[in-house]
Amino acid sequence: MMEAHAELEAQIGRWRGYVQRRQAISPADIDELEDHLREQIADRQATGLDDEEAFLVAIKRLGNLDAVSREFAREHSDRLWKQLVLVPENRDGAGTPPWRELAVVLALAVGAGLAVKVGTIWLDDEAVLARNLGLLVFPFLGAYFAWKRRLTASVAAMLLTPFAALAVVLNVYPFVSGGSTEVLAILHAPVVLWLLAGVAYVGGRWRSDNRRMDFVRFTGELAIYFTLLALGGAVLVGLTFGALSVVGIDLEPVMEDWIMPFAVPGALVVAAWLVEAKQNVVENIAPVLTRVFTPLTIVMLLTLLAVFTATGGLVDVDRELLILMDAILVLVLCLLLYAISARDSLAQPGLFDALQLVLVIAALAVDAVMLTAMLTRIAEFGFSPNKIAALGLNLLLLVHLLRAAWLTVGFLRGRRPFGALERWQTRYLPIYGAWAAVVILVFPPIFGFA
Amino acid sequence: MRIDKDLVAASATPLVLGILSEGDLYGYAIIKRVSELSGGGMQWTDGMLYPLLHRLERLGYVSSSWGTSEAGRRRKHYAITPTGRDALADRQEQWTVVADALRQVWQSAQRPPAVIEGWA
Repeated sequence: MMEAHAELEAQIGRWRGYVQRRQAISPADIDELEDHLREQIADRQATGLDDEEAFLVAIKRLGNLDAVSREFAREHSDRLWKQLVLVPENRDGAGTPPWRELAVVLALAVGAGLAVKVGTIWLDDEAVLARNLGLLVFPFLGAYFAWKRRLTASVAAMLLTPFAALAVVLNVYPFVSGGSTEVLAILHAPVVLWLLAGVAYVGGRWRSDNRRMDFVRFTGELAIYFTLLALGGAVLVGLTFGALSVVGIDLEPVMEDWIMPFAVPGALVVAAWLVEAKQNVVENIAPVLTRVFTPLTIVMLLTLLAVFTATGGLVDVDRELLILMDAILVLVLCLLLYAISARDSLAQPGLFDALQLVLVIAALAVDAVMLTAMLTRIAEFGFSPNKIAALGLNLLLLVHLLRAAWLTVGFLRGRRPFGALERWQTRYLPIYGAWAAVVILVFPPIFGFA
Repeated sequence: MRIDKDLVAASATPLVLGILSEGDLYGYAIIKRVSELSGGGMQWTDGMLYPLLHRLERLGYVSSSWGTSEAGRRRKHYAITPTGRDALADRQEQWTVVADALRQVWQSAQRPPAVIEGWA
């Protein structure tokens, strides 16, 4: 009898091992399924079946593991969002061999580099180049997703129409050289392009909240990979610089003319591919990073608040500082979004969620200080495109953070599911794109392209 | 009798919510209850219950907590939330309408119109 039970235990152990290979089923889910399996076996045994028969019946009742795992995948797309793309439900034939994808990626990376290089040669005016930089790189990133997701013609049209419109506006508007509307257009164009890249990334299914969250996750991971590539590249270039300067060769012109135009856009395309292909590497870092940087960012925000209140009013603060603070708030928002996207939405509220609430409240406080400073500046010095753009962004951030704080409180008190907080983030995202589009399209004519 | 797959899928959410509104349960007990209630007529693929429960949890209809079974194993218990009760009430209304309509159709189908006799 003991031996027979040992055999049953061994069978359950093998079953566990088999289920563990399904990426969509987490260890906790396996515990839950195992409990179910053992209950079923015990009930079967009670009706007179032996271990072997009871196990077989219980396994059969549990259902086809592929089908069950697919259901888990559908529900927990965050656990294997890459698999949803890499392993389609019904695999048609062999699929794309890995080397072909690498070849496509490298070709697109070189293509993006060439586009930027040609851009630097043809567009000698620096501001004109800056306006077009994003437009030069975007098609290659978009092409990668179009190839990878096999975009339909209608989705491609949905991408190309705004892209073409943006390209026309950025190049046809008679911007006054060095004017602030031009600088604003240069700053806001990448936002619009990035959201367009998002539409390509989600394969045109931009209405889906889950796919939007995947894109947020992708963006965070891309930033990490890009930084890693940049660091590695910087070390490599630095060492080469040093070695060559010893023998009296100056690498500086080559660096400016050739290495940078190719390396930066190329690294962006390669990083996008790395996020797609090597998901598992970063998957474990993401929660760690958000946990490290959330408390640090809180400290930073609180320090800033303390300094502001100590120095008194912000009326005569430098314009530069306001722009810098906007950048900080956007960064805080990115951290928040990334932390939310990396969190298991079924986990119970914990200390980290409380910490996240502190972060949001600190950001709200900073945002409130900024808004007062901006409004007083506007009251004193009147409107300018810069101020309106900054004010608009701050108001958007304020609404976003307020609602996020409210929903986090609800979640911490067990009144709301975490999903509500997630949906608020994903639904709000397009508004930033719309605002960026307004800044690019409407601001220049209103302010006379100055 | 085997119940059609689509019918099982459509009735799964109200059934689970209804069973949980009677009291907190874990997965296997929910399956057993379904089988009891349908006199063994509804056989679910057991494994499919869990993705469903997780979806209901994400929607905020149920909450879950880990406990231990009598045998000392980890066991996840599910409880219905106030949102879940609202959703259940909503589903109940929908099903009442459907069941009512079906009942009327069955009744009229049993009494074929007299015209047909004339054709016989």
